[in-house]
Amino acid sequence: MDLLTFVTAGSVDDGKSTLIGRLLYDSDKLFEDQIEAVKKADKIDGELDFSLFTDGLTAEREQKITIDVAYRYFSTEKRRFIIADVPGHEQYTKNMATGASKAQAALILVDATKGLLPQTKRHLFIASLFRIDHLAIVINKMDAVDYSQDIFEDIRKQCLEFIEKLNLVDIQFIPVSSLKGDMVVRRGEKMLWYEGRTVLSYLENVEFSGSRNLIDFRFPVQYVIRPNQNERYYAGNIQSGVIRTGEEVIALPSGRKSKVNKIFVGDQERKIAFNPEAAAFSLTDHLDISKGEMIARVNNIPEKANYFNAMICWFSEESFDKSKRYGFKHTTNDTHCFVENIFYRLNIENLHRENADSLNFNEIGKVCLKTQKPIMFDPYVKNKNTGSFIIIDELTKNTVGAGVIIEKAEKNLEKNFQQNASKGQSGAILWLTGLSGSGKTTVAKKLAEKLQEFGLPYEHLDGDEFRKDLNIGLSFSESDRIKNIEIAGYVADKLAKHGIFVITSFISPYRSQREKMKERNPDFIEIFINASLENCIKRDIKGWYKKAQLGEVTDFTGISHPYEEPLNPDIVLQTDTTTVEECVDKVVEYLKNRGLLNV
Amino acid sequence: MLENYDIDHLRQLEAESIKIIREVAANFQNPVLLYSIGKDSSTILKLAQKAFFPGKIPFPLMHIDTGYKFREMIEFRDYYVNKIEAKLIVEKNMSPEALGLKPQEAHTDYYIYHKKTKPLLDAIKKYNFDAAIGGARREEEKSRAKERIFSVRDEMGVWDPKNQRPELWSVYNTSLNDGQTMRVFPLSNWTETDIWAYIMLEKIEVVPLYFAQKRKVVKRNGVLIRLDEFNQASDGEEVLEVVCRYRTLGCSPSTGAVVSNATTVEEILQEVSVAKKSERENRAIDYTSESSMENKKKEGYF
Repeated sequence: MDLLTFVTAGSVDDGKSTLIGRLLYDSDKLFEDQIEAVKKADKIDGELDFSLFTDGLTAEREQKITIDVAYRYFSTEKRRFIIADVPGHEQYTKNMATGASKAQAALILVDATKGLLPQTKRHLFIASLFRIDHLAIVINKMDAVDYSQDIFEDIRKQCLEFIEKLNLVDIQFIPVSSLKGDMVVRRGEKMLWYEGRTVLSYLENVEFSGSRNLIDFRFPVQYVIRPNQNERYYAGNIQSGVIRTGEEVIALPSGRKSKVNKIFVGDQERKIAFNPEAAAFSLTDHLDISKGEMIARVNNIPEKANYFNAMICWFSEESFDKSKRYGFKHTTNDTHCFVENIFYRLNIENLHRENADSLNFNEIGKVCLKTQKPIMFDPYVKNKNTGSFIIIDELTKNTVGAGVIIEKAEKNLEKNFQQNASKGQSGAILWLTGLSGSGKTTVAKKLAEKLQEFGLPYEHLDGDEFRKDLNIGLSFSESDRIKNIEIAGYVADKLAKHGIFVITSFISPYRSQREKMKERNPDFIEIFINASLENCIKRDIKGWYKKAQLGEVTDFTGISHPYEEPLNPDIVLQTDTTTVEECVDKVVEYLKNRGLLNV
Repeated sequence: MLENYDIDHLRQLEAESIKIIREVAANFQNPVLLYSIGKDSSTILKLAQKAFFPGKIPFPLMHIDTGYKFREMIEFRDYYVNKIEAKLIVEKNMSPEALGLKPQEAHTDYYIYHKKTKPLLDAIKKYNFDAAIGGARREEEKSRAKERIFSVRDEMGVWDPKNQRPELWSVYNTSLNDGQTMRVFPLSNWTETDIWAYIMLEKIEVVPLYFAQKRKVVKRNGVLIRLDEFNQASDGEEVLEVVCRYRTLGCSPSTGAVVSNATTVEEILQEVSVAKKSERENRAIDYTSESSMENKKKEGYF
């Protein structure tokens, strides 16, 4: 038997509790003692007050409203059901978000006497945001509108107009009278014009197996089991995908690889485990992986980021504060987050995007968040389990927000520019040129560290990595070398204009090409990494010189291809005789003198 | 290679519960599992064993003994805990108020407070537990339907139903402020039928009182009370011999048996899946007032 969790939502007084009560009563799922208790209460229009079956807490019975998300359980011969019952008054976003986060299907109630209300729109929007794949819009109180097909069709149209703007896939409309029971479990005689399924029949038959992701193996380590001194089992729930013994896996963000040795699901040893099982497995290598790391298959890994864009729902009376640090929990990973940017607040009633400096209670908006540790995630649309997170107030420890990740955010270029501009700081291109093995990459990396210390945005473009990453099949012929440097120069130029310090480490052998770049950007700084050819050959870190001398590689700079030394470089670094640190100091001093560095 | 990745509802519930139990071990310094010896406790122990397999359960079990528990329960407790090599703490309120309480008072709020709630709160303080796992299910009782899986209690052990943390997806907020403790309910989404189906599937041992046999009882306030060291027939009470079993287990003087012929887990499962009465019908504790359980929970009762 499969298990379907569905959320029920509606506005105040649209008869949702009555619908659930009726559903349980007519499908014979209530106990005699529960029925007896309700029979003692007042009747409505000659019918039992079905809402009393579900309204649980004292406070709400006194106020005649439900005050929180309540979970109910029933099963038929076909399915086992969990109902997340969401009330329709205040705290609507919080409650609907909570209920919707766990549901594979939703029943959204609309009162036939009132039509589509703002509240219903909110519920529909959250259902769409949280990707509930299957939705039934239940038009209730049909008895109060004389079971009119016209009214049903009118409301259907209103809903469809709104839904057009949302990401909802499978939508059904069902006219019902919860009070009298028509179309809940029994068809009844009053709405023969309607040919669709009853509410119960819909719930029993909706096909939801597609909501499970069995492709991308994602295993956030939740706990490490050490049965003895030698063995370690990584325990957690498989958030998506399938894993078998012997498969090669990678732990992220550390990037260490190993193979799956033994798998346990509970106390059973297995060859295979899959979502959503709670598994524990050991690896063939002794890696010290800890809680919060994500294990994935080597060729199918999640994204890694500190900066990402997300839609968040805000649950706290205290507004979302741009200057505040928050607790952040994503899969099994606890870290902190900061608000990098609030793009907009969404007006849920008309779906307009409004400018916002913060988010208030029950509001939803698009933000860019920055986390202290990088997180391993997938966009929510691809994977609900690895694309969702909660935000925790550090003082009260309450859950104050929840979000779904849209995408990785590139470090906000515009913002760097503004920040630097306000510091009187602009970017520059630090162009390192020199022979292979002269020390360009080493100096560049140290320089990058220095800029990071200063808190300045930087990007390092390295010759070897650039060719590898770009991977467009450029050779080492003269024309291809020119193309390669042309592309690198172009990228560096664009980045520098956004206030970024771009450090490049390319041989870049042609004088004329470097001169051209210098003309294009006044803050192009030519740094000549000057090491003698003998020393470069002696070092021969990558073994290229040897191969070039043996003729195994052709067009090798310094051996079989020319290197045109700069005639008038801005800085010369003699890497034969100075240390890396001295080189970096020299560059920093130069930048300060040029007024390019105000630190 | 075609493989079947189908997962039925029991395995899904199992996966969720194991996640919750591991989350406790991973995020709290000093957790405890409250062991009440019944079928739900047996199930939760099985899940905890699975959660840490091939290792052992990394936290102790604690039983709050009222002194009026069925003899068979205490025997089963000692046998079972020993069998699975778990560590057990037994706590009892030894104050004069608690010791002075008589079996016939076992259904009163005063008894519940002194015999169950207070010793629990005291033990949490004494051992400095920051999280306590319990076997409550939301289906059992209306106020439980609204409680979170990770439920925060304040310094006094008080639950505030109106001020609960929203709980989304399966991302659990396990953070606590000074003085707060966490109650955790891994079986929240299980029903009585699920429990028996799982007991059958996993061949879990339970207290023999769950199975029907001929027992000497008297009928008090409409409930069948078994005669034992705590309950004697008073003058005028008719002693009956009834084939009966227990649906839930608690204190002997306040827990009634139900007429039943179910002598195996299969028969019990058959019986509960068509049951016409809810599970707690024979627990006098719920009867005191309509919202009695909610009030007890607010005081710190589990």
